[in-house]
Amino acid sequence: MTIKTGIEVSIALADAVKMCNPDVVAAYPITPQTHIVEHLAELVANGELDAEYVPVESEHSAMSACLGSAAAGARTFTATASQGLALMNEVVYVAAPMRLPIIMAVANRALSAPLSIWADHSDMMSVRDTGWIQIVVENGQQALDNTIIAFRVGEDQRVLLPVMVHLDGFNLTHVIEPIIFPTQEEVDKYLPKNRFPLPLNPDRPVAMGDFGPPAIFMETKWAQQVNLVNSKKVILQAWDEFDKAFGRKYMPVEKYHSDGAKVLLMTMGSSGETASVAIDEMRAAGLDVGQIRLRLWRPFPFEELREAVKDADVLIVIDRAMSFGGPAGPVASEVKSALYNQAKKPKVVSYIISLGGRDTTIDGYKDIVKKGMEIAAKGSRNEFEIYGVRE
Amino acid sequence: MEKYAIYVPRLVKKEENFAPGHRACIGCGEALAIRQAFKALDNNVIVVNATGCAEIFSSQLPLTSWQLPWIHTLFENTAAVASGIEAAYKAMRRKGAQLPENTKVVAIGGDGGTSDIGLQALSGALERGHDFTYICFDNEAYMNTGVQRSSSTPFGASTTTSPAGKNSIGQFSWKKNMPAIAAAHNIPYVATATHGYPFDLMAKVAKAVATKGPAYVHILSVCPTGWRSPTDTINRQSRLAVQTGVFPLFEVENGVYKMSVDMPVLRPVTDYLKGQGRFRHLTEDTIALIQQRVELEYRKILENVKHGSKAAKTQG
Repeated sequence: MTIKTGIEVSIALADAVKMCNPDVVAAYPITPQTHIVEHLAELVANGELDAEYVPVESEHSAMSACLGSAAAGARTFTATASQGLALMNEVVYVAAPMRLPIIMAVANRALSAPLSIWADHSDMMSVRDTGWIQIVVENGQQALDNTIIAFRVGEDQRVLLPVMVHLDGFNLTHVIEPIIFPTQEEVDKYLPKNRFPLPLNPDRPVAMGDFGPPAIFMETKWAQQVNLVNSKKVILQAWDEFDKAFGRKYMPVEKYHSDGAKVLLMTMGSSGETASVAIDEMRAAGLDVGQIRLRLWRPFPFEELREAVKDADVLIVIDRAMSFGGPAGPVASEVKSALYNQAKKPKVVSYIISLGGRDTTIDGYKDIVKKGMEIAAKGSRNEFEIYGVRE
Repeated sequence: MEKYAIYVPRLVKKEENFAPGHRACIGCGEALAIRQAFKALDNNVIVVNATGCAEIFSSQLPLTSWQLPWIHTLFENTAAVASGIEAAYKAMRRKGAQLPENTKVVAIGGDGGTSDIGLQALSGALERGHDFTYICFDNEAYMNTGVQRSSSTPFGASTTTSPAGKNSIGQFSWKKNMPAIAAAHNIPYVATATHGYPFDLMAKVAKAVATKGPAYVHILSVCPTGWRSPTDTINRQSRLAVQTGVFPLFEVENGVYKMSVDMPVLRPVTDYLKGQGRFRHLTEDTIALIQQRVELEYRKILENVKHGSKAAKTQG
């Protein structure tokens, strides 16, 4: 029987990890992911989770210990945010081509300077090209569900890739939400045992992480690309079976009143829920506005995106990160690239909002839609717009 | 004694864990030391290798010199990766996974990966008490990238980033004392070794790996390329380092120091320095300074040994 509980999202996510029965959790504390690993430490300390909790001396070592653990064939979890992810970056790059299914929750937070502990997606963008599967969630339920899904996808023999589950710091990690918990039996049924094919084992010696001369390096990189792109099939299948088992459906590009809408607002992460309320109000006022939410950041869902926007005239893409001196927000840049060669495509307007935890209200989103439509009609001198900034 | 010298080599197993055919430079002391170290061990070992000479000369895709499960990831995270493997084995074994008995984790790195960039991860792993052995193969500079100084380069040595010149005597600082840093973590076993004393090296590595908890072995590995010394003199150089007191051989077992090869009289350091091009520029004054320092450090260890045997007596 499933139970709906009012619970802090970080705690729920840690409980989801517990239900996945990891062997090793290695972590270094950083706000706002701390509650996740604190709760896991507590579960291990109380004997509720049979795992090795490795309290390492830095995020670089957290990801390194996870790397060793996954290479030895153990189910492995960690969590980080912001500077922690930046410090891990070097090791994050290594995990994907070594095909090590490490699962990591990223409590998205702005990168310094100036120092900020609040949410935006600059940390997420700093690891965009590391080869990890990256799922972005919008609320606590999605965080819990996709943590379980991440283990299943990452450890699938057809995939064997590390997976990040991105959830916005504070906006999600520190709020209490009503969350439906699956039972342990249901999770066990959905998530098979980890069977890492060639772990470090003296009975069957393998060499991992050898050095690649120019004669072979490019082939390894192409293999990595093919592998990541092919993982989409498995992700879709895992989401599909999750729907069948638990009745909650996830898609790479989720639609909200978007079919046939002429103006679309595209969001990623927790801001999507506030935007949805704005969409409801605008539709009630007779505006032909819809919303799409990007759930899968890597591999990027080209087909689904093109299909979702094909009938729209204007697509306003919301970003929570800057690409300094660049053409647009990072998500908007990708969206523009994905649509550039399409015969029929909407005009894309890039909006940067809510950096370092700045709130964007329902009225704010309405304002963005209004201004976005004006820009689409008349153009703008800017490559992208930044919302609500005092100049 | 002569009979012993004939008998001991027969005890060494013929089987190699580190296969021939690797790409090390001619006369590489590190390759020799690695071969000796892993001869001392059975096959129930997982090797974690930091970036450096050993990793590069033993692992070019699609080949490998390792007959053991082996992993390399980065320069500075070797001890942390080893921590993860050790933790994984512990958890999986507890949960009933079918794993080989008594598997041990051995992390290896050069002096740069150990005393410079990897020191934090090593310190963390030693402090947390993982059951693993860390071996530093110390050739006293970043040899793999072209002989640049590390914090383990000895005072006065000329390297490409501490070159001797009109205003420079070469390396401007004294060699970082890694064995003392490891011992300061209060781990059960710390030792120094060098390939010129192969049986001592093998015994220490075997002991380190058999130790429950973290163990650290610091192995001086002569690098003829970087030391500017003839390739056929590596074992002579290695023994001279010990005989002059430049690199004393000792063990620290649960905090108790023990000399492995005691030199009643130290040979003058010039015997060691003169065979190496990296010290060619040194003046007599600088050599005198080095002589002074070597004697001081050697006496410190002797003091520790004396103190250790006293402590052992009172305990015993």
